[in-house]
Amino acid sequence: MISFIFKRLLQSVVVMLTVALIAFSMFRFIGDPINNMVGQDTSQADRAALTEQLGLNDPFIVQFGRFALNAAEGNFGISYKYRQPVSSLILERLSATLELSFVAAVLTLVVGIPLGVYTALKGKGLISKGIMTLSLIGVSLPTFLIGILLILLFGVVLRWLPTFGRGDVIAIGWWTTGFLTVSGIKSLILPSITLALFQMTLIMRLVRAEMLEVLRTDFIKFARARGLPDRSVHFKHALKNTLVPVITITGLQLGALIAFAIITESVFQWPGMGLLFIQAISDVDIPIMAAYLVLIAFFFVVINMVVDILYYMVDPRLRADSTA
Amino acid sequence: MDLLNINNLRIEFPSRHGTVVAVDDVSLSVQPGEVLGVVGESGAGKSTIGNAVIGLLEPPGEMTAGHVLLKSEQIDTLSAEAKRKIRGRRIGMIFQDPLTSLDPLQTIEQQLVETIDLHLKLGEKKSQERAVDLLRQVGIPEPETRIKNYPHQFSGGMRQRVVIALALCAEPEVIIADEPTTALDVSIQAQILELMRRLCKDKQVGMIIITHDMGVIADITDRVAVMYRGKVVEEGTTAKILGNPDHPYTQSLISAVPRPDIRLKRFPMVNYIEEEGERTKDIDLSTHWLGRHRDYDAVDGPLLSLKNLVMTFVTKPALLKSNRITFNAVDDVSFDINEGEVFGLVGESGSGKSTVARMVCSLYKPASGIVNFAGTDLTSIKSENERDFYRRQMQMIFQDPFSSLNGRMRVMDIIAEPIRFHKLASSNQEVEQVVNDLLDHVGLGAQASVRFPHEFSGGQRQRISIARALATRPRFLICDEPTSALDVSIQAQILNLLKDLQEELGLTMLFISHDLPVIRQMCDRVGVMKQGKLVEVSATEDLFENPTAAYTRELLDLMPRLDKLSHEGLEVEEA
Repeated sequence: MISFIFKRLLQSVVVMLTVALIAFSMFRFIGDPINNMVGQDTSQADRAALTEQLGLNDPFIVQFGRFALNAAEGNFGISYKYRQPVSSLILERLSATLELSFVAAVLTLVVGIPLGVYTALKGKGLISKGIMTLSLIGVSLPTFLIGILLILLFGVVLRWLPTFGRGDVIAIGWWTTGFLTVSGIKSLILPSITLALFQMTLIMRLVRAEMLEVLRTDFIKFARARGLPDRSVHFKHALKNTLVPVITITGLQLGALIAFAIITESVFQWPGMGLLFIQAISDVDIPIMAAYLVLIAFFFVVINMVVDILYYMVDPRLRADSTA
Repeated sequence: MDLLNINNLRIEFPSRHGTVVAVDDVSLSVQPGEVLGVVGESGAGKSTIGNAVIGLLEPPGEMTAGHVLLKSEQIDTLSAEAKRKIRGRRIGMIFQDPLTSLDPLQTIEQQLVETIDLHLKLGEKKSQERAVDLLRQVGIPEPETRIKNYPHQFSGGMRQRVVIALALCAEPEVIIADEPTTALDVSIQAQILELMRRLCKDKQVGMIIITHDMGVIADITDRVAVMYRGKVVEEGTTAKILGNPDHPYTQSLISAVPRPDIRLKRFPMVNYIEEEGERTKDIDLSTHWLGRHRDYDAVDGPLLSLKNLVMTFVTKPALLKSNRITFNAVDDVSFDINEGEVFGLVGESGSGKSTVARMVCSLYKPASGIVNFAGTDLTSIKSENERDFYRRQMQMIFQDPFSSLNGRMRVMDIIAEPIRFHKLASSNQEVEQVVNDLLDHVGLGAQASVRFPHEFSGGQRQRISIARALATRPRFLICDEPTSALDVSIQAQILNLLKDLQEELGLTMLFISHDLPVIRQMCDRVGVMKQGKLVEVSATEDLFENPTAAYTRELLDLMPRLDKLSHEGLEVEEA
């Protein structure tokens, strides 16, 4: 187990260094950083001095090393546009994105898994046929369209829910939360549904397919032949075996929720990292772009590692002592 | 009073192409302490009966007539919930594959306790004690500690014992065992059958054993029902059915069973399940393509000679060579095969026999040792051209007829591929002519060439594999368990075909099987393998009559006793 985690950690470090290299190369290949920092009338001598001061004359590997070390400490430099440290900009917005993704993830699992189980068990019923048809819409409609339709219905026509922003937030240290105010919770509803809808249908269809597969296996047949009641066959034996492969996909999708919150955040003007990133692209604000890239990669790596450890715990066949 | 009665059972499977009658007017009964065998080939409807009795027919199958009585009480009309309460409590079931019959994510204790507590309501503690006791009864060593293990930590035979323990949880009155030993080695099969017979007699359980294997029938049953296409064609005591069968299907089925005690010239044919392929025309091998270029250079000494062959697999990889854990699948194996001889290789699963075959045809590179074929060491060949030259002379027939043919190619292309690759025919027209002749020669008929593999049965596919192997005009054939996936009647046909081809073409064969009776019918000499080592090599008749190695004697002793079987209509080959 320990050597397994150690191996995974080592791999994670390699992945992070690779991503950092890509992020770092943006500085060198997308525009000249000096040009982005100084005005038109700065003299050539001042530019040269600044270049030297920023260490841009150092060899590539030294610069990359400096970047990677700073990044590891959470220091991604100064935003070109906001003239503030990138880390504090991101930190301000991190809580917004994480809260949105968290609610969307909970929605995905709480709705997706039971629906998947239901449609697998009651495949012939009218309700599950209806759910399957709806899920097809969920998979095929693009996120921004769902968002706009929801805004139109609940925001414009019915006027029940706010259509942009986070509402009132309460700060707890550097973390700001919308969970503690009514307007904050109301504001969360539409964006989180928008973000979750695609993942929800995906998880639902995955659980359904896996469950149908498991229900056909011999051990389920043998469990029935021993007279075990449906409840135990379905939820004790079938569901647990269904969830083993589902865990992997769920982990990846969780990363995707954080990363692809960009579109939802733009539609709802949600003050999260995604929105910051979109603005950074139009402003060619490379430090923010690089930081975002590294941060998202970091989330993916951490989630994947948690998934691997979970997998290890759920499936006894993978445990180290399995050769006994 | 009968324990279980099945009266005039009829089971139908409605489908788009009309209704399939899987079971037709079947009546069976079992007494306490009795073992009833239900025997038949695939598709005879035997498993469907078992599923119907416990009320687990796969949809869309339905019982359209008849009834099932358990101690005179009709159970087929009960509600789903009442049927569920009978399952496991009064009727236990054992399935074929122990590797997939247990929930992989739960310890066997969790599975046993759940079932015991459900039926007997003993509570957690008592259920645990009973679970340990059950494991002891089915012969699992150290049940107190082993019970905490997960299914994957048991071997196949041990898992089948756990499955039996699970079926016995609530002391059912009837046990239905569907091919309980088909997935196991002979030595494990003998133990499991012995265990089942003992439990049946001790606890006065009525047992129905569903199988295709006459050896199991002869070994354990008191009475037998023979099924053919959904009907019971004959029923009687085991001695009567095996020794003096009345129905022509039973007679032909029994005559097709390979005997451990005698060697037949040819198997008498069973034409009940599948027509034996017939050749529509005879080809003159002296002029035909297939007979041409068979004048391989004569070799001094044996055609194939293996010297000190070793194959190592890494079971636990590690960066440092010294930390790796390796396992010798084949350990210092040497034997010779002479030109025109059929050499058998026999052993239990994991004994390394298939690994030897794969090294002979260079699919695996041996860790050390020499594979000498027709005077050339195949392991030291460098040039691809030279390798092809030897590959052409050596062909392989695999065990599984379903996965060894490419499902997306027509039979014509499957068989033509080696001819085209080795450029053995001058024109496309000739290739097609040769393929059609080959198909006819293996008894399929030329019209098979335009069809796809999935349109054929297992036996027919194995004929396609044989035709493909012949398409390079080989001198050496490797047959790796060529009939173990087939029914006995089909097995008899395929073995006859291989015998004929071997004689006609003077082929040399390496014939691998776990089935000693089949080996006796096919081979001139036999090598016995155990855990990667060759323990004995001798002429077939000597091996069966006077085995020298202890392990060989053990294997021979474990063979099911088939001496009760009728000898009528058999043509015995004189030694």
